[in-house]
Amino acid sequence: MPQSLNYLKETPSQTAGPYVHIGCTPNFAGIKGVYEQDLGASMVNDKTKGERITIRGSVIDGNGMALKDALVEIWQADSDGLYNSPFETRGTADPNFSGWGRSAGEMDTGEFCFHTIKPGVVPFTDGRPMAPHITFWIVARGINLGLHTRMYFPEENTANQADPVLGRVEHKSRVPTLIAQKDGNDYRFDIHLQGELETVFFDI
Amino acid sequence: MQKAETAMKNEKQQSGPFIQRDRNWHPPAYTPTYKTSILRSPQKALLSLDNTLSEMTGPVFGHSLIGELDNDLLQNFSQNGDLPIGERIVVHGRVLDEKGHPVPNVLLELWQANAGGRYRHQKESYIAPLDPNFGGCGRTITDDDGNYTFRTIRPGPYPWPNGVNDWRPAHIHFSVFGQGFAQRLITQMYFEGDPLIARCPILNTIPDQAAIEQLVAPLDMANSLPMDSLAYKFDIVLRGRRSTYFENRREGN
Repeated sequence: MPQSLNYLKETPSQTAGPYVHIGCTPNFAGIKGVYEQDLGASMVNDKTKGERITIRGSVIDGNGMALKDALVEIWQADSDGLYNSPFETRGTADPNFSGWGRSAGEMDTGEFCFHTIKPGVVPFTDGRPMAPHITFWIVARGINLGLHTRMYFPEENTANQADPVLGRVEHKSRVPTLIAQKDGNDYRFDIHLQGELETVFFDI
Repeated sequence: MQKAETAMKNEKQQSGPFIQRDRNWHPPAYTPTYKTSILRSPQKALLSLDNTLSEMTGPVFGHSLIGELDNDLLQNFSQNGDLPIGERIVVHGRVLDEKGHPVPNVLLELWQANAGGRYRHQKESYIAPLDPNFGGCGRTITDDDGNYTFRTIRPGPYPWPNGVNDWRPAHIHFSVFGQGFAQRLITQMYFEGDPLIARCPILNTIPDQAAIEQLVAPLDMANSLPMDSLAYKFDIVLRGRRSTYFENRREGN
């Protein structure tokens, strides 16, 4: 017998279930007075640097139906491409931008909505620039392990073409599942869990 | 600030990529005995991606976020000082990473049913009554050694529409933020000795019995409060960071 590595195993995931909003957005769920406001409801303030954008979308099941019990979180860099994290070593991110948002979706439609700013460019592991992107994380009843994906911007065609992560998608016909659509002044980013339009999800 | 604190503890804060997730330890996406997963499970291969800065970083929350009663579910929804019905319990433990290091500043958010197995939610229709003094949510942040504590009541089991007669074992949901977004995790804690554990279609989405047992909190008499509360200990393990000594990294990345 060799020595033991003595590593621990990661705690296994379990579905967020139908009542994830009680724990993560209690005010939205009608549980008032425990927390002043739901965490992640606001990402920007008046002083936040960068171009204000709004992102809307739905999480859609294999029958084409929008989920009404999902919780969607996003994580992104500020307008200079810096993350508001203690592990950001390249500089200090805009203190008026949290970089993290959480949406319970509309009660009736399940549509999520984020008011944020367009992120700057962040380097890939080898130093090449990644096109501006936002990380998405989706949990819901019926999802056994949270799903990671990314949203890219449709007007960044040149940067998207050179993006080292999009370049890893083997079936090029699936790349558009990671690119939002311009919808008036807003962006629309629907997430398809299954089917022909299934979003590319990431094992990170 | 962060650097100074690290220097004081004479400990190098690791910032590298996270160790690859063992997806055989987690439940797979498609688990037909848990029916809702059938139409909500991705069917195509995931895109494997060694962590970039977008995954190695993540939001970290300050202790100032936490209100005095946020980790006390006995009192944080109490009306006129009345307490909820149910067995008073303490739930405590540590958050560690896969290398056994404590993880400080982890935001834990939890939610649960009341003692009768009823959630305070408008879409919930189980016949057990709501408890006017129980909201069912709480949160806390781990200390420098990764410790956390909650006070609550033991939730009841409840039936749910999956099989004709499926029941959830008593459980508490946990949402966990680590230090990087790649560590983000939601899970459920169960109680030692619950006969519904072996019968639960959601727990049984996990293929490995040892992984199931990792979600079962033992009764912890050493931390029970005499004439007050039983205690259960639930340690949580997040992904560890890979050492990066021999990796080529450009300056400034």
